[in-house]
Amino acid sequence: MAKIEDYAAVTGQPVIDDLRRISEKLAGKNVRHVNSTAVGGGVAEILNRMVPLLNELGVESQWDVIKGGEEFFNVTKKFHNAIHGSHEKLTRRDFDLFMETGRANMASMKLDGDIIYIHDPQPIVLVEKKQQNKWIWRCHIDASNPQQDVWEFLMQFIMKFDAAVFSAPSFTGQMAIRQFLIAPSIDPLSEKNRELSAEEMDSVMRKYSIPEDKPLVTQISRFDRLKDPLGVIEAYKKVKKNVDCRLLLAGGGASDDPEGAQVLAEVQEMAKNDPDIIVLLMPHDEVAVNAIQRRSTVIVQKSLKEGFGLTVSEALWKGKPVVASAVGGIPLQVAHKYSGMLCHSIDGAAFAIKQLLSNPAYARKLGENGREHVRNNFLITRHLKEYILLFLSLYHNEDVVSL
Amino acid sequence: MSEIKPFIFYTRLHLTELTGIKACSIDDMRKILDYIPGSSVYHHTHRFLQQHQYASPEPPNDFAYWVKNSLSEDELAERLSSINIIEYDSINGIRTGIASVLNDFAQQYPVRASRVVNPGDEFYFLKSVSFIFPSGYSASDTAGLADGIERATTDSLYFHIFESRLRLEKGGNDISAWIEENIGNIKLAQELKRFDPYTHTMEELRGSIVRVLRRAS
Repeated sequence: MAKIEDYAAVTGQPVIDDLRRISEKLAGKNVRHVNSTAVGGGVAEILNRMVPLLNELGVESQWDVIKGGEEFFNVTKKFHNAIHGSHEKLTRRDFDLFMETGRANMASMKLDGDIIYIHDPQPIVLVEKKQQNKWIWRCHIDASNPQQDVWEFLMQFIMKFDAAVFSAPSFTGQMAIRQFLIAPSIDPLSEKNRELSAEEMDSVMRKYSIPEDKPLVTQISRFDRLKDPLGVIEAYKKVKKNVDCRLLLAGGGASDDPEGAQVLAEVQEMAKNDPDIIVLLMPHDEVAVNAIQRRSTVIVQKSLKEGFGLTVSEALWKGKPVVASAVGGIPLQVAHKYSGMLCHSIDGAAFAIKQLLSNPAYARKLGENGREHVRNNFLITRHLKEYILLFLSLYHNEDVVSL
Repeated sequence: MSEIKPFIFYTRLHLTELTGIKACSIDDMRKILDYIPGSSVYHHTHRFLQQHQYASPEPPNDFAYWVKNSLSEDELAERLSSINIIEYDSINGIRTGIASVLNDFAQQYPVRASRVVNPGDEFYFLKSVSFIFPSGYSASDTAGLADGIERATTDSLYFHIFESRLRLEKGGNDISAWIEENIGNIKLAQELKRFDPYTHTMEELRGSIVRVLRRAS
């Protein structure tokens, strides 16, 4: 696993020096992260990287995971969907079970750190144990249009925290506690994002039988309606009338998801008469995603709804021109015509793809700008910096803080 | 001349705070601008400069960007992005400048000013919380100052050029002020004060300042 100094090669040494300086300001404080799973999912992935790096910087950090049975996690899954805005029917028993599991964890967990950092709704009940220490609630979910009964239930806990953190401004409204904007990040030294040799990329393209004789337009996403793969095919067909190219729709995880399998079948049906559309159901293979992104001419993320959409940052980090929908956290990553192209429709996506395929110099410039934008804003080093500043902000209420 | 005080290089890192307040129309924006904290006005007139410094030497402010991209009011957007921020000595001055352009528009085109954007295209008011701390470097002559600026982080340079002038209301940039007060070279200080930092990318700005300082060393 990469050490903090390894990142200097990507960000420059001064960024690492600044991280060390601000970490010193937290000397003597300890931070305890709590979430609901040690493996799988974006939150665990972030904590797996952040906790060791914070400790290396001298910010003493622990990470605990709450315990819960299948029934509890069925309820929290309903909470998750309800916060995202899809209607979920929750019973009195569901709310009771949520409280019982939360309180059982409260009784068994050590929660006396200087700063307790609760991730997502699952462990939120723990805040009832708040003493004089500082508590932060981190919402990784798009809560812009939550189901009211669930949100009102959660608000009684949220209001007990000292601060809340969201990934995009649209994910929240006004609250009586301080709220901060901290976007997620990508790790430039991970398998999915590190530099690859030409041989490594060739090997992936051979392994997945992806020809490279035509410009390659790619969307890498689960086969999920919200990722709009059918809309991507329609956009490609409009582009194809004027510019010869190939479309690659690649994604994994559909086999164990009934709706995913159905979407995949619809995609295959729509693609079957065009040999230039490749539909690839991939196993979990980070190097392959990396190589395919690097060998693509244009990368598309035409989601109808998105949490943050870090696949966009991954593509931009590889210097690729991106066409992406203006939803969720995507507009934070793509400034239209500066670091990529935003679209709102199939026609808009088609027009932007055509523009980029027809103007390689313009596409290259957007890709270069995109890479710099990610370097400045969406790498794990920025995320570390903002976590440390967030911890410091708990002890300073002013807008200009002299340390 | 009194004893030379060393130029202490500071840096500033910022965290973005959400206000939870959003505007759906130009009329909303005018009302909110009246009471939103100065740190929010500062955020929206300087964010683009920090986040997209590589892309354009003339970054638009967020207000202009929103008016153009969400409301398609190109002429108003041009007027907002033409506001010459360097002419203002305080954040409240900038606030008044922006409000005046929006108010003129609303008076002339009341229907357009009340037009509501599509859901998802609202303007979210954010604010910057700045953390300022010494970077560990100092200089005691112009050559040392040039060396320090060459190796300073963009955040440090940004602090001495933009942040101290507006958020700490010092009236000018720290570098020209130090030269005037400690080196006594008024001509050099004036030359550095004349730079409009808003028309340079940060790296261009760094190069220009270092060139002028090297010439004078």
